[in-house]
Amino acid sequence: MAEIRFEGVRKNFGKFAAVDGVDLEVRDREFVVLLGPSGCGKTTLLRCLAGLERVDEGRVFIGDRDATDLPPRRRRIAMVFQSYAVFPHMKVYDNIAFGLRMQKEKKAAIDERVRSSASLLHIEELLDRYSSQLSGGQRQRVAVARAMATKAEVLLMDEPLSNLDALLRLEMRAELKTLLQTLDATTIYVTHDQIEALSMGDRIAVMNKGRIVQLGNPLEVYDNPADTFVGGFIGNPPMNFLEAEVEGNGSGTGAVAKLSGGSFELEGETAALAGHDLLLGIRAEAIGVETSPADGLVQGKVIVLEPLGSHNLLTVRCGEDTLKVSVQPDRFPLPQSDVWLRLEPARIRWMDRDTGRAIHTGSEELATETAVVTT
Amino acid sequence: MALPRLRVGRLLAYVAAIAIAVFIIAPIYLITISAFSTFDAVYEYPKNLLPSHLSMESMNIFLDSDGVKDSLWRSVWVAVLTIVACLGIGTPAGYALARFTFKGANPFQLALVSTRAFPLIIIAIPLAVTYLQVGIDDTIYGVALAHVAFTLPLTVLVTASVFAGISYELEEAAMTLGCSRFSAFSRVALPLALPGVAAAAIFVFVTTWNEVFAAALLTFTNRTLPAQMLAALDTSPLPYRLAGGFFLLAPALVVIFFIRKYLVSTWGRVAR
Repeated sequence: MAEIRFEGVRKNFGKFAAVDGVDLEVRDREFVVLLGPSGCGKTTLLRCLAGLERVDEGRVFIGDRDATDLPPRRRRIAMVFQSYAVFPHMKVYDNIAFGLRMQKEKKAAIDERVRSSASLLHIEELLDRYSSQLSGGQRQRVAVARAMATKAEVLLMDEPLSNLDALLRLEMRAELKTLLQTLDATTIYVTHDQIEALSMGDRIAVMNKGRIVQLGNPLEVYDNPADTFVGGFIGNPPMNFLEAEVEGNGSGTGAVAKLSGGSFELEGETAALAGHDLLLGIRAEAIGVETSPADGLVQGKVIVLEPLGSHNLLTVRCGEDTLKVSVQPDRFPLPQSDVWLRLEPARIRWMDRDTGRAIHTGSEELATETAVVTT
Repeated sequence: MALPRLRVGRLLAYVAAIAIAVFIIAPIYLITISAFSTFDAVYEYPKNLLPSHLSMESMNIFLDSDGVKDSLWRSVWVAVLTIVACLGIGTPAGYALARFTFKGANPFQLALVSTRAFPLIIIAIPLAVTYLQVGIDDTIYGVALAHVAFTLPLTVLVTASVFAGISYELEEAAMTLGCSRFSAFSRVALPLALPGVAAAAIFVFVTTWNEVFAAALLTFTNRTLPAQMLAALDTSPLPYRLAGGFFLLAPALVVIFFIRKYLVSTWGRVAR
């Protein structure tokens, strides 16, 4: 059993608060990704958990123990470093055996564990080599095998894939995910790559400026960003944000949303929006594109068309705003042509322009809920 | 046309390499064959460049001279003491300089360098007086202490730069795998630093083995080999000097020969 709990953790470097009051609970055997731009404090938070940094304030619990003042070796953790940190003066075998030897395991037990870890990562034939005779991807495998060999209850990974080339990263991502599912370890995984986070984590903790700004499962975080930062950071392209006003249309619950490029009818509950300066947030794939005007559509002009194979990405000028819109790969609206956009009301996320925080109207639906039903 | 030019460049490089090698090896060679020649051969002129009259005659004369064997032993002792003390103090100090940010780290480093700015001649008299007052004059410990003082600053700087070149993440990885702070150092950082530490050891050894001024100044009866030779130089015959020269020269070469595999970082490339 190894659940992890941060309570009010702070870590300063001089006057800079790298981790600025983090509370986080991770369940036993859960896979949580710490996601954020560089400098957001995600690695520092991980290092606080590993015991490589001392926290300035707050407590860190691993399992049922208060680990705040324990040295790394007493925390029952294993860690994979961004640089892999494979010991250059030892062969791969000795690298993987290192942790087990420190635990004073029997020689036969060490040998068996080293070989089974190596075979899980397909590096059996590399056991006699030194680190400098390995490629980046192989070193990465050694680092993971070394961390896994100790059978620690908590596995920490600090951007383990970021030094691999794109193709290898894709391959390793899937392999790592499969591998980690077979382990009984609680895993904390740090990355700045939102695709990695979305594809691997049970839950994602999005960090910004030393704080966790949103914690949720990948689809929640993608569909319902807690603020404009999360919406802009997660997803490729990022969520579109348009300045908007909402006015009642004088007929009960309905309302009209006014953008700089036009206006359209809103259905559902909008009462929560009153009294806010609003930003309308919408994902590129939640915007429908029509070639002729109709009720409820907003006019725009195509500026750039980027065919991406799986879909085509449009940059559309709409009044004073510029939007990213994705359309089917067989549709090629020409640049400078007029298009009419349908902003799916249920997929609109309202944000407060001043605080950047999401405003919940109660009528949002998750695109993924419908997706789950249809698959 | 690139190929001939490349060949000319290579040729020049070889010529230069040979010239440098001859420049360094020739005196070593001449001293060595003279040290192992008969008495007459040493005085022979023109000199025979091949070792034709090999014998231990010169060497025996040198070794049987008054005080030579004793001073040789003392030199060995001084060297051992100096190296042990230098690496024992200098390696941790270099590690601290490389790993930790502490107040005064920069002034400390500057102070280390500036110790080399004072020529021994300037501090010779005060040093001798201090040694007399403390009562460590004319002892090998006193000489070793002086040699540690000369070589420690550079040992610290060399090892500091070696440790700075070893990623701290390696030690952190060791700590997450069950090492304490110290065992992470001894199992990971230290083995990786060995080439640099070996280089520092050679520097210390060559310095202390050949150091003559402080040794002559601070000792009177318990002289090290260079001090002993200095005292006997103007009254001794040529074979004595050449044999002595060989003794000053050879150990450094032998040490470098045995330690050289640590000088070139061979991890992984596996020189074998």
